[in-house]
Amino acid sequence: MLDIKNLHGGIDGKEILRGVNLHVNPGEVHAIMGPNGSGKSTLANVLAGRPGYQVTAGSVTYEGKDLLAMKPEDRAREGIFLAMQYPVEIPGVNNIYFLKAALNAVRKQQGLEELDAMEFLQLAREKMKLVDLDESFMNRGVNEGFSGGEKKRNEIFQMAVLDPKLAILDETDSGLDIDALKIVANGVNTLASERHSVVVITHYQRLLTFLVPDFVHVLVDGRIEKSGGKELALELEQKGYEWIEQEVAAAR
Amino acid sequence: MFVNGRFAPDMCTNSEHPTMRVMPIAEAMKGENFERHFSRYADYAEHSMTALNTALMQDGAYVEIAPGSHVQGFIHLLFIGGGHDEPIMAHPRNLIVVGRNSQITVAETFVGSGTYFTNAVTEIVAGEGAVVDHYKFECESTDAFHVGTVQIHQERSSTVTARSIAIGGALVRNEVNAALAGEGAGLTLDGLFVVSGSQHVDNHTIIDHVKPHCDSLELYKGILDESSRGIFDGTIIVRPDAQKTNSRQVNRNLLLSESAIIDSKPTLEILNDDVKCSHGSTIGQLDEEALFYLRARGIGEAQARSLLISAFASEIVDRMKVEPVREQIRRAIFRQMPGRLPDRRETP
Repeated sequence: MLDIKNLHGGIDGKEILRGVNLHVNPGEVHAIMGPNGSGKSTLANVLAGRPGYQVTAGSVTYEGKDLLAMKPEDRAREGIFLAMQYPVEIPGVNNIYFLKAALNAVRKQQGLEELDAMEFLQLAREKMKLVDLDESFMNRGVNEGFSGGEKKRNEIFQMAVLDPKLAILDETDSGLDIDALKIVANGVNTLASERHSVVVITHYQRLLTFLVPDFVHVLVDGRIEKSGGKELALELEQKGYEWIEQEVAAAR
Repeated sequence: MFVNGRFAPDMCTNSEHPTMRVMPIAEAMKGENFERHFSRYADYAEHSMTALNTALMQDGAYVEIAPGSHVQGFIHLLFIGGGHDEPIMAHPRNLIVVGRNSQITVAETFVGSGTYFTNAVTEIVAGEGAVVDHYKFECESTDAFHVGTVQIHQERSSTVTARSIAIGGALVRNEVNAALAGEGAGLTLDGLFVVSGSQHVDNHTIIDHVKPHCDSLELYKGILDESSRGIFDGTIIVRPDAQKTNSRQVNRNLLLSESAIIDSKPTLEILNDDVKCSHGSTIGQLDEEALFYLRARGIGEAQARSLLISAFASEIVDRMKVEPVREQIRRAIFRQMPGRLPDRRETP
């Protein structure tokens, strides 16, 4: 469903991705790990279409379409969801109103009926339980005054409501305590169990205890230098990233 | 209702209230309270437009609330300008006297058609412990000139909220001045101006802390599109006697086009050393991060922009207590920017 070929790109004219190749099939959970500065977040942002990021070479195909030619809102409507590393606060835009507008934009694109207020509330309440968010959050501004953990849970809540075909989690685990981590993992597992694809970008193995990936990739210096099964994550946790960086240096 | 500064009795609905007197100012002139308060606060010696209004005023509203009464609902003063072939100038003049421990809400709306000039002055006297909520909604025709002053005088422990909304008019100057002349008085000044085309709106405010232990909170927000121009010039004076003053002044502006201009001039004049005062001013464009966040969830760019513009205004609009006025203002904001805010159903 997602096919990344020789992707080069970066921000402010600085090349950060130097030839990323990745293939994701429906229902697969991929983890992308790597040291700081290896390009993990750049990859997530390029896939979501964040303004300011440039692609200089390569291609990304999503369900047979050229993903890079699509606007951010069209990517979302086609079923891609990016859980942000730093969700922004938007005072004055009501959480529940915003999410209803988003869901109906996605449903419209997919030829489904738009939900009315009652139907939407019912769905939202159900999904809110999944991430243990209090209903009072819904009538506040988007992420307004939320703690770090609440923001991350709100991302997972939005993901659960929007029900994407492909979810990309950009360091959703960073800064979370163990309870919040389990909630996030539970939300993602629920999605993955329905044959949806997930790409988890993370620095630590911690999350992967609860969210077991089918594949683990190591991003070093803008390239995926090593791929493997879930054991690779454990090995990285024990040995750090240096040995891979040394392998890469030796091979050049 | 007043048409070009003259009372139009046929067009009014008046609900009687035993503790309230509402009458055309021309009729009120013989009353004792009128003499005591009229033109005592708005400065005609220093301010030429106020002097002109004081000299040429023909009519306006006189509102008097007896002590210890709470008036339910709100009083709406509607001023309609223009409608003539010849340009016309009107000088509406209002005096609102709120007795001790009384509570009232007054809304003034200015609308019209064609080219005309409105020069309005309203004096508000809040007696000891009085609670006053005042709305000034300037929605004049786009060819009109509007100069207006709201002059507030507050006695001990009174609470006043004065909201100034400017959306219409070609050339507009809104002044709101308040004197906190009794201990423990509280003032909130809210302002919102939403302009486009070649509109020009000036906002001038002076908050004069005369007595100790008074609080004032001022928030003015501007949304400027196309080649419009706005000014915020706000002064807070803290007199030598006004110890323990607590005052905050904020002006935030959103520029939607490269040719829109805002001048922001927050000023503090503090004449004693036992106060807590702050002021700040920001000028910016729509937050790109917020815009991307909304789009990344599937909301189209135009709708995302519209949501963020509405959100900017909502901080002021949402806290208006009078629902019909709030709704009227919300609608006017949408009419003002049909391109930016294409569908009013898109706001919460």
